Amino acid sequence: MATTQDPAPPATERELRQRVVIRFAGDSGDGMQLAGARFTDASAAFGNDLATLPDFPAEIRAPAGTLPGVSAFQIHIAGSDILTPGDEPDVLVAMNPAALKKNLGDLKPGGVIILNTDSFEERNLAKAGYDTNPIEDGTLDGFNVLTAPMDELTKEAVKDSGVTGRAVLRSKNFFALGALAWMFDRPSDTTLDWLADKFASQPEVVAANTAAFKAGYNFGITTEAFAHTTFEVPKADLPVGEYTNVVGNQTIAWGLIAGAQAAHLPLFYASYPITPASDILHELARHKNFGVRTFQAEDEIASVGIALGAAFAGHLAVTGTSGPGLALKSETMSLALMAELPMVIVDVQRGGPSTGLPTKTEQSDLMMAIYGRHGEAPLPVIAAASPGDAFETAIEACRIAVKYMTPVILLSDGYIGTSSEPWLLPDTSALPSFPAAFATEINHDDGFMPYLRDPESLSRPWAVPGTAGLEHRVGGLEKDQLTGNVSYEPANHEKMTLLREQKTQAVANDIPDIEVGEDSDAELLVVGWGSTYSAIKAGVLNSRTTGHKVAHIHLRHLNPFPPNLADVLAGYNKVLVPELNRGQLSRLLRAEFLVPTTSFSKMQGQPFMAGEIEAKIIETLGA
Amino acid sequence: MTATYSRQDFQSEQEVRWCPGCGDYTILASVQTFMADAGIAKEDIVFVSGIGCAARFPYYMETYGVHSIHGRAPAVATGIAAARPELSVWVVTGDGDALSIGGNHLIHALRRNMNVKILLFNNQIYGLTKGQYSPTSEPGKRTKSSPMGSIDYPFNPVSLALGAEASFVARTIDMDRNHTIEMLTAAYQHPGSALIEIYQNCNVFNDKAFIELTAKESRDENQIRLVDGEKIVFDNGTKGVAIEEGRAFVIDVEKFGMDVVHTHEAGLDNPATAFALSRLSHGPHGPTPIGIFRDVEREVYEQELDAQISSATEAKGPGDLAAILRSNSTWTVD
Repeated sequence: MATTQDPAPPATERELRQRVVIRFAGDSGDGMQLAGARFTDASAAFGNDLATLPDFPAEIRAPAGTLPGVSAFQIHIAGSDILTPGDEPDVLVAMNPAALKKNLGDLKPGGVIILNTDSFEERNLAKAGYDTNPIEDGTLDGFNVLTAPMDELTKEAVKDSGVTGRAVLRSKNFFALGALAWMFDRPSDTTLDWLADKFASQPEVVAANTAAFKAGYNFGITTEAFAHTTFEVPKADLPVGEYTNVVGNQTIAWGLIAGAQAAHLPLFYASYPITPASDILHELARHKNFGVRTFQAEDEIASVGIALGAAFAGHLAVTGTSGPGLALKSETMSLALMAELPMVIVDVQRGGPSTGLPTKTEQSDLMMAIYGRHGEAPLPVIAAASPGDAFETAIEACRIAVKYMTPVILLSDGYIGTSSEPWLLPDTSALPSFPAAFATEINHDDGFMPYLRDPESLSRPWAVPGTAGLEHRVGGLEKDQLTGNVSYEPANHEKMTLLREQKTQAVANDIPDIEVGEDSDAELLVVGWGSTYSAIKAGVLNSRTTGHKVAHIHLRHLNPFPPNLADVLAGYNKVLVPELNRGQLSRLLRAEFLVPTTSFSKMQGQPFMAGEIEAKIIETLGA
Repeated sequence: MTATYSRQDFQSEQEVRWCPGCGDYTILASVQTFMADAGIAKEDIVFVSGIGCAARFPYYMETYGVHSIHGRAPAVATGIAAARPELSVWVVTGDGDALSIGGNHLIHALRRNMNVKILLFNNQIYGLTKGQYSPTSEPGKRTKSSPMGSIDYPFNPVSLALGAEASFVARTIDMDRNHTIEMLTAAYQHPGSALIEIYQNCNVFNDKAFIELTAKESRDENQIRLVDGEKIVFDNGTKGVAIEEGRAFVIDVEKFGMDVVHTHEAGLDNPATAFALSRLSHGPHGPTPIGIFRDVEREVYEQELDAQISSATEAKGPGDLAAILRSNSTWTVD
């Protein structure tokens, strides 16, 4: 990719690394998420493969300089295809003592630390809990420490920009970004063009950040320690095509738009703001020109009720939330499955129970998704495996909802929702198509029967208001299996209970068989679902390269399971189920298939690291 | 679309199962008569309810209908109206459904000015659960759940709706079919949300709660009929309502003369006068206003939503999925 550097870097011996993990860490007000996102775009433009992981505090602004206020962004760049944001960072950028203290333990031995020395003064050291200055007291022995007085150098750089006062120091993230751009040979254009575009209406901000970026870059060239710590991460050999960098909340929004188009229905998204799902609402609210109606409701219960109303009225109705909101929506989801109306419920899971860890990831809503309703209330549940996969999974959720006239839960999580990966853009002309067919005519000799089912899908007709002659009532009371009228007849209730279950099971008839990717010699099968995909994949591949006989399957469909899952599980002596919960899928597999699964559980609000999976695979095979 | 109907056209096949003598029968008949007169195409009408005795209502209307969840009818109706602004959407609810478990959805539907007409059947008791005090029961009410008398202070539904920024608020009485139909008509003609409180007698658990307003011998002295543009007088013109320093009170017309009697204006932008009128009675005991308290025009939510969709489409053109997939920066691997 052609780039213009300003000024041109002097020829230098860059150390070749196949992969590097970098973590930007600073105070929440230091702009680390922004710096990380800019470095990500520059890395994508350079041609690396990459994966990212933001890690920010739940508080909007925790007290400055404290440990709870530290915000971090990790990026893994590599020359060959990679799957995770990386286990241990090779490079840590620490904008203050708290950022150093909180992240130092994760850094690889001998790793590079870039510090803003201006923030290592008495007050900030005390806030971080350092009695002495770690730069001077030997704490950092064994690391490659690079220091810069970033406050001073940023002030100096931006003095002619027109930005004054406290706003001056807001540019210091761009100073750090400039130094990193030098260190990793990133194209400057990507960042500077973005700045010019983003702040077009504030030329002084463009000037200040551009000046800080260049000052950081030049500091890298001219400062000896920096000048000799430079890396070359080769371009990746990725499949040919057009790429973009996506986070899961965005791809779910896009997938819902695509799903509505495939169903030939207007999209209606009703939601109540909740971390980490709100960005789906934000993204969809920007796309009203698709006919998308977004509705910010008064509460979680209202949002799913509004979605139910929109579904009855003939729209592709979706509501989105996180765990606490899913709990509140449960009663209305039961109504949707009783009334047999199509709806998609997106759950971007976070650490629970209760308010739990709002900004951290977890997979602990699986049981609630499958069983968490009163009465016998089965509904289809599917899960996205990565930000890119979330696009297809959202389309699939829409397909099942419309075809089977049922609420469908789409599970994502904080990691998928907020982390990014390069995504090979799909051919939009080749996306699935599943036009919804509204009932328009009387379907029975005795009049319109709203519960007369399609014999194959067991789906009932969708007659929407405005259709003359098909006026009917739906509701939460048990209904006669044909007329839909209220019925307390004992045999009818049992029949309807079974029909609702059979309808959910019927979804298995048109979902693909699960395929085992790796060699058939495996003794151990690792079964995953959701956002653990990348870590499990990497862990399994690493294990296989060291001769361990292990295979991996990853489930998108969790209720019902793929039709051949029983056969696949039966083919292995050992089944390992890594999950960011206390073994929820593991229990489901045991209950459903009577297989002796081993659960591998992690409950830290963080994704699995590939190394953890690899170690567990080796341990399980050896046991 | 308009059509010609009779009341029977709005009667569904389901057997009506309220207790004999329930006020709901009269309201059902009034609504069916109104619908036949209004001429809205049957297929364009949706009745939505929550849970409670009143919530059976949609099953008895030969229109589209949703019998939803306790308290949630305004939310479901909001979704229907926002998705399909051309439909005529009606909510049937009760005092427990609307004001207790569903209070939040009620106030938000009103303030948003959704084009949803809310009929609040107020019988001041929980009927379906067999006789507990409700959020409109009078203090001291003895019920199964309040054997020593209720210590809950009740809502005044009209006051509440006015405080919730409702653009149309009215009150009527189940037994007065003509007045009910008049209120339904006005609510239907009003653009946006409308709340009609209907005093509804529960002859099983709270009989004669509104007897002062309905009994032949007392109704003249207790019914204050609000008529837009007219002086508020009642009891054969002997009494009137005056408003002074934000407070409404009953005066003797002969003694004070007509000049001090307030002329009702439902269209006032400031809801203070309507609120003052709503405070004339509690319970209701004594002279109680019925009629339209407030009827003002304001932006209707779903029309604004549609306007945003139109203006976004005009500005950006119809959505192009391939384009939004490229809204972040893209790069090509050759």
